[in-house]
Amino acid sequence: MDGYGMQNQIACIRRSLFDQGYLDEQFIQLEELQDDANPNFVQEIVTLFYTDSTRLIQNIELTLNSRPINFSKLDDYMHQFKGSSSSIGAKKVTSECAVFRQYCAAGNAEACIRNFQHIKQEHAILRKKLEFYFQMMGQAAVAQTR
Amino acid sequence: MVLAESGFSSPRNDAFPAGLRVLVVDDDPTWLKILEKMLKKCSYEVTTCCLAREALNLLRERKDGYDIVISDVNMPDMDGFKLLEHVGLEMDLPVIMMSVDGETSRVMKGVQHGACDYLLKPIRMKELRNIWQHVFRKKIHEVRDIESLEGFESIQMTRSGYDLFDDGHFLSGDDTTSGRKRKDADNKHDDRELSDPSSTKKARVVWTVDLHQKFVKAVNQIGFDKVGPKKILDLMNVPWLTRENVASHLQKYRLYLSRLQKESDIKNSFIGMKHSDLPSKDSTASFGPHKAMNMIPDDVPNGTYSFSASNSLAQNVDLKGQGDLKGITSAPVAEPKGALSIDIHDSHEAKSTQMSFDHSLGSVDSAVSFASFNSTTPLQYPWTEIPEIQFKQECEPLHLENGFSQLPLPGPSMIENEANRSRIEVKPLLDECRSNFVEHLGPVGAEDLFPIQSKSQSLNNQVFDLISATKSSMKTQDVGLNYLADSEFALRNLNASGVGVPLATLSEDLQICWLQGDCYPMNYGLQDLECSTYDNPGLMAETPFHLYDVLRFDHEHLFDPTEYYAIDQGLFA
Repeated sequence: MDGYGMQNQIACIRRSLFDQGYLDEQFIQLEELQDDANPNFVQEIVTLFYTDSTRLIQNIELTLNSRPINFSKLDDYMHQFKGSSSSIGAKKVTSECAVFRQYCAAGNAEACIRNFQHIKQEHAILRKKLEFYFQMMGQAAVAQTR
Repeated sequence: MVLAESGFSSPRNDAFPAGLRVLVVDDDPTWLKILEKMLKKCSYEVTTCCLAREALNLLRERKDGYDIVISDVNMPDMDGFKLLEHVGLEMDLPVIMMSVDGETSRVMKGVQHGACDYLLKPIRMKELRNIWQHVFRKKIHEVRDIESLEGFESIQMTRSGYDLFDDGHFLSGDDTTSGRKRKDADNKHDDRELSDPSSTKKARVVWTVDLHQKFVKAVNQIGFDKVGPKKILDLMNVPWLTRENVASHLQKYRLYLSRLQKESDIKNSFIGMKHSDLPSKDSTASFGPHKAMNMIPDDVPNGTYSFSASNSLAQNVDLKGQGDLKGITSAPVAEPKGALSIDIHDSHEAKSTQMSFDHSLGSVDSAVSFASFNSTTPLQYPWTEIPEIQFKQECEPLHLENGFSQLPLPGPSMIENEANRSRIEVKPLLDECRSNFVEHLGPVGAEDLFPIQSKSQSLNNQVFDLISATKSSMKTQDVGLNYLADSEFALRNLNASGVGVPLATLSEDLQICWLQGDCYPMNYGLQDLECSTYDNPGLMAETPFHLYDVLRFDHEHLFDPTEYYAIDQGLFA
């Protein structure tokens, strides 16, 4: 596939991420921050996020598994996680987090646990999609240099 | 123009606002990196750190090294609001708060604590572009203040005029402003009589414990209602202190008091803390509109930070008293190991303890921070933090009127619901708290916290502290992999003596995973990451210094669990 075709494909991938609600405006902010000084800024940020969020997810997991569940601590962790997710514009993840916090505030352990599964799913799905997206961009860049 | 003769003449301000020196504090590494980039794009000079304590160290090390501070509200080692107060009082820098949480109450709290702005995450770059206005505004006010005062003195106005200004300064914010304006108008032509630009740049006065004691003593002697900068200055008898210094400090003091009062007006404590045994020796009526002012001077020489309001709610933050209050812990409390020594005065216990608890409303932190300006010692932290923690734990409302019965020592459920990061904060605070005079406060916080907390939690906190110390030693941007702040996670890792993989290699791996487009390598990569974090002692070795400090504190200052129990008993008697 030639460079132009790839660019097209990449643009489509990107658009779909927004259209399907996986990403929001914050992602665009990141893209706008990317420049010559930081040519891979977006990717770096996303990488950083996924690395750090692993830790947060573990914290939440541990807290959810403990008995009795410390809802305050849980809310704390989720607050952090939500804040972090918002940094890359992870729209679906962030909104699931908001739901979680409601359940948490209500002390609804079951709902929290269930909801957290959704969160992890969305988190993983987005990662794969972004991974693919960056991969395509990488390939396109290579293709262009040919 | 006024500014031309102010500190703005320093080199970095030539292209103002470009080159604005911003300190960003956020425990989220992703946001930290994003903010750094955004600020750099605004042509600002950016310094980042992920711990509040680190931020304070940086600020203290380089006084006048930064123009503005941006901090997240939720920090693991210190409440953002507390940091805010510290910075405002010690360094007098504009502080912008950030949070994901945009609840009105939070925003209000931010403003109350002195934030000059409150940004909601996700933050747009355009919001950051204009932060220079806060620096500018502050400079203008400072300059006006300095010039008016210096010009005033240089002109040697009549005594009556002097007093007039004094009163004007005292009466109210408006009057102060008008007084200042009057000054400006009068002294415009005298600008050249002012010191040269470099000296009009305001030297930040460090309000040490002693200095503040003198200040409060003077205020009390004069009588809060009649106080004015000149009178205070005269009484304080500190040759190098200027009237302007006193005036601005007085302003802050007043703000602090009025805020305390408002908060106490609004809030009621709901968790009764049975201090019936302790307060019994204190006058029960101590909460009345007392001559707290008169009482205070006794304490002052000993380092009591008594902030009394002249009105009905005696908000006397006699932190010393706190130690006494907790009879059980008075022993450990009584040993200030640090530079400042605080004696415990029984006579003021009632008020002080009440006050201190009142302050737990959240405004106490300011009281404490008021007291703990000593920038030369890091001992301050616990000083201010302990009460803060304590208060946070309780959930705001702290009732003044009923004394100890209102003391918010929440039961477990309270803690569950209320303790946010405060729990995490406790340990580090406790550690340091032990190491200095502030220990008086320590027990207060500790008592509130530890009886509730399980031992494992405190252990976790230790570990957390350990890890955050480790964290702080690394640059946040590239250290995502190394954030093992979670105590349990950290515990595991510590056991495995691994704190993280050398960042470079791991991030490379991850990047490769990304690029190759294999869906699964990502998971693999993650696993790899997780495994590798256990294996690498390298990082541990790299940061022995930080860990050592923490460890040292841990070792020295670990609360004896039996102590907790005793405290618990006493508190919940």
